[in-house]
Amino acid sequence: MAEVYDRPPEKFKLRLRRYDPESGDAPYWDEHTVELEPHRSVLEAVLQAKDRYDGSIGIRCSCRQAICGSCGVRVNGEPALACHTHLDAAKAGAREGVIEVEPMGNMSVIKDLIVDMDAVHWKKIQRVTPWLIAKQPVPEREYIVSKESMVDVTQTMACIQCGACVSDCLAMEVDPGFIGPAALAKAYRFVGDPRDDQQFERLNDLAQDPQGIFDCTHCFKCVEACPKDVNPMGQIMRLRRIATSDHHIVDQNNGERHEAALTGLVRDYGLLHEAELIPRSYGGNSWFAKFHPAAGKELLSSLPTALKGVLRGKIGLKTAVFGHKIPSRDLKAVQSIYDKIESRPERYELNLYIAGEDEQLEKPSGDAVAAAVTHESGGKEPDTTEQGGRA
Amino acid sequence: MPEHDVLIIGAGLAGQRAALAAAQAGASVAIMSKVHPVRSHSVAAAGGINAAISVDDDWHSHAYDTVKGSDYLGDQDAIEIMCSEAPQEVMDLEHMGVTFHRNEEGEMDLRAFGGASMKRTAYVADITGQALLHVLYEQLMKHHETVARYEEWFATSLLLGEDGLCCGAIAREVRSGHMEAFTAKNVILACGGAGQAYKPTTNGLIVTGDGIAMAYRAGAPLMDMEMVQYHPTTLVETGILITEGARGEGAHLLNAAGERFMEKSAPNKMELASRDVVSRAEQIEIDEGRGVGPDGAGIFLDVSVVPRKRTLEALREIVNLGRDFAGVDITREPIMIRPGQHYIMGGVKTDVDGRTPIEGLYAAGEVACVSVHGGNRLGANSLLDTLIFGRRAGEHAAARAASMAMPGVDANAGLRRDAARIDAILARDRDGGGSASPRRVSEIKSELGETMNRHVAVFRNEQGLQSALETIGRLKEEAERAYVDDRGTVFNQDVLGAIELDFMIDCAETTVVAAIERKESRGAQYRTDFPERNDEQWLKHIDISLGGDGGAGRPHITYSPVTITQWQPEERKY
Ligand SMILES: Cc1cc2nc3c(=O)[nH]c(=O)nc-3n(C[C@H](O)[C@H](O)[C@H](O)COP(=O)(O)OP(=O)(O)OC[C@H]3O[C@@H](n4cnc5c(N)ncnc54)[C@H](O)[C@@H]3O)c2cc1C
Ligand code: SF4
Ligand code: SF4
Ligand code: FES
Repeated sequence: MAEVYDRPPEKFKLRLRRYDPESGDAPYWDEHTVELEPHRSVLEAVLQAKDRYDGSIGIRCSCRQAICGSCGVRVNGEPALACHTHLDAAKAGAREGVIEVEPMGNMSVIKDLIVDMDAVHWKKIQRVTPWLIAKQPVPEREYIVSKESMVDVTQTMACIQCGACVSDCLAMEVDPGFIGPAALAKAYRFVGDPRDDQQFERLNDLAQDPQGIFDCTHCFKCVEACPKDVNPMGQIMRLRRIATSDHHIVDQNNGERHEAALTGLVRDYGLLHEAELIPRSYGGNSWFAKFHPAAGKELLSSLPTALKGVLRGKIGLKTAVFGHKIPSRDLKAVQSIYDKIESRPERYELNLYIAGEDEQLEKPSGDAVAAAVTHESGGKEPDTTEQGGRA
Repeated sequence: MPEHDVLIIGAGLAGQRAALAAAQAGASVAIMSKVHPVRSHSVAAAGGINAAISVDDDWHSHAYDTVKGSDYLGDQDAIEIMCSEAPQEVMDLEHMGVTFHRNEEGEMDLRAFGGASMKRTAYVADITGQALLHVLYEQLMKHHETVARYEEWFATSLLLGEDGLCCGAIAREVRSGHMEAFTAKNVILACGGAGQAYKPTTNGLIVTGDGIAMAYRAGAPLMDMEMVQYHPTTLVETGILITEGARGEGAHLLNAAGERFMEKSAPNKMELASRDVVSRAEQIEIDEGRGVGPDGAGIFLDVSVVPRKRTLEALREIVNLGRDFAGVDITREPIMIRPGQHYIMGGVKTDVDGRTPIEGLYAAGEVACVSVHGGNRLGANSLLDTLIFGRRAGEHAAARAASMAMPGVDANAGLRRDAARIDAILARDRDGGGSASPRRVSEIKSELGETMNRHVAVFRNEQGLQSALETIGRLKEEAERAYVDDRGTVFNQDVLGAIELDFMIDCAETTVVAAIERKESRGAQYRTDFPERNDEQWLKHIDISLGGDGGAGRPHITYSPVTITQWQPEERKY
């Protein structure tokens, strides 16, 4: 571990996106060279530039340890917390070795790296009724609830409202009205909380809203962006599952039917049958769905897209009409997965928050300490230490 | 000009709890914060919150531990209130939605913490402060009709009426640079501590003692300012905190020889002795050449003795901190730490309802000194302090507001004065206009922090303290000429940084003056030239106010008695 502490400062080049709303000038790039140990953060680098060369550089920050959620930016084009990004990792991912720091996306820039979180992020948080509506009667002492349920909602409680997920949400780019990853993760924090009285109402609200839980396009951007492993997309999927499987909410956006159609088709064909997807999503989950008027309308409107696909060779004509065929042995295997999962009395929920808990300890801890101590007093070869920074 | 029954400056736990209490009592409330409320430094509190909620526990035991932890400088009436109201407060927060960790029976789980005679710390993984702060913010969003939020507004001074009553504050909207005078029947200061006067510190960059300095300048006395807590486990390079929860879960402290050196100074409680005791023990190991690391300036904290599953579940945040900020997997290898500035026990002197001697002015949280922490705060007692006294201040201020009319005050003079001060900072000459060339705000701040950390730390003596005082005097002059680069109005963090520097200098000065005054060793104040506790002469608070016999603009010292109800001072052993 001494390696980490022994690394000498190096020079790093920063290219900061600057914008001064009072100057009337367009945004521009501003370059500075800083000198810091490579495992220091991009935030420390920006602050060094600010302290030494130009005090007018604007960036929100406070804790320096990825907990206050102030310093969301884009580093080399990717959303991140500046204080949670090591300089060496950032440099490795940089073009021409120059670390680029820009304000987050999907929110308007106020000055330099500071964006308007109120107008977007906080407005959406307010949208999901972000407070507990406690089950009555309120007990005298604490609510008795399972340990697992509290650990589970703590994953979404761990959201620091940094906006990194909002910055690059694809659905939000297309539809700025989409409630978005952070606010929906916040919604799960109440939906998943056994002390909340309004699970159905909350879910129904989020399912019926055309910009609610079915508006997400599964692009994974929010999962990658999140510095706290909140896994917003995963929470959105859980909201959908609880809405549809537990509460049988059929939403006006056809989200539920679309999902049922998708899983139904994979069960029937072993692979997705695209041509059947729209009819089933709109007309009900059976082969006859295409004769439903709503389905017909939707089918007609999607015809140009499908035709383009056929013309460009993306969809074969035969597949388009009859669907994919897979060997019947494989189809049986797929169907047996369905049977197995559906026969479970309870749904399994994967909690990614507590990761790696079943990994085995490699060596007894006493040895680890002894090794480290000898090494510190100058004994053995230093072991290489993994650098845990994220780019 | 906005008018409210209660104006709260600061939206950490103390401020938000006060706002909620005042709103529920029917007052019209405004809460102001220089950053968005959830960025407040309370968010960083990891370990937990103390309350005697276990059926085997008794709040008297909690109170006794707190009194003993304070080295008998805490006021026992206030400690009794805090500890006896703690269980209900924690239950109320649970009902608001805090996701406290549960045991197998589904009840709140409790963990061990330093200086406590049993497990009494409720927690949410190791994001307790964050969970509390976010849940309170949920409540403010819920009560948005009765609580006006001024987010990213920076208070520059308190507004005093002709009769000396506090009746509002002047503030600048960070986003627009617009200056505004807020009138209020009562003002509650909840601006947090002053850790940035030290370098390094576990505190965030926004923790700059603004509230302490504003109150001091308005004439309110400060108390126990010499009592500055050094936390035993902060990362060597950055000062980032590794929560006491780690030792609560069983982690060991080791010197270069691999010895658990706490055996020497606290054979019973070992790593879980009071923070002042552990920090001193570590510093002795380091000073006597038994430290670890390249310069021998660290100590090993070994979390790998805690079962890995438990660590991942209950100490997840510090697993990440270790990985991201020190490159160490704490579940498998020890991490290098040392004592670092963490908390100030002192602050604006208040009574148990948060009232300062200035009528209409309240204070709660780390900015205040009730005093429940005395010479040394126990881990997980600060969150409790913010909530209990934040609530009590909110309730009291709301009740006072109900019985009075809105004070008539001419705010224009104050508004003009603060606007002029900002203009003057913006107009400062970069080359000093002939006299000695001015320094950057950042340079002065850095020298201030290093000075404090050298001379006003775990071990202190007359000579070091005097030299610190001298340096601070010079820095104060330099700060008056320090220049800024940003001349704009939108998000001018540069000019606010200059104002914060002035605030920090006031805090540092009063700290050093009090440390020089107290010629004994008690709690966090350890004087190598006066190594014994001296109850006969020093079982009393040191109060500092501006002016008086000290001369205009200079700190003036008085004393006040310590309230003792049921626990007579004893020798402190762990
Ligand atoms: C890393 C760390 C870990 C900790 N862990 C624990 C723990 O486990 N248990 C425990 O009990 N305690 C812990 N503490 C201590 C505890 O967190 C703090 O003492 C407490 O949270 C302080 O709360 P507060 O409400 O008084 O102030 P803060 O949370 O600091 O809030 C101050 C508020 O004042 C505002 N403000 C300041 N100046 C101005 C101004 N000029 N104008 C407008 N607004 C202003 C800020 O914006 C902020 O909203 C920890 C502290 C640290 C640093
Ligand atoms: S997965 Fe969904 S919520 Fe997440 S970024 Fe993509 S579209 Fe947005
Ligand atoms: S979900 Fe993650 S990325 Fe999104 S705001 Fe919360 S912490 Fe930030
Ligand atoms: S500074 Fe707090 S999250 Fe980066």
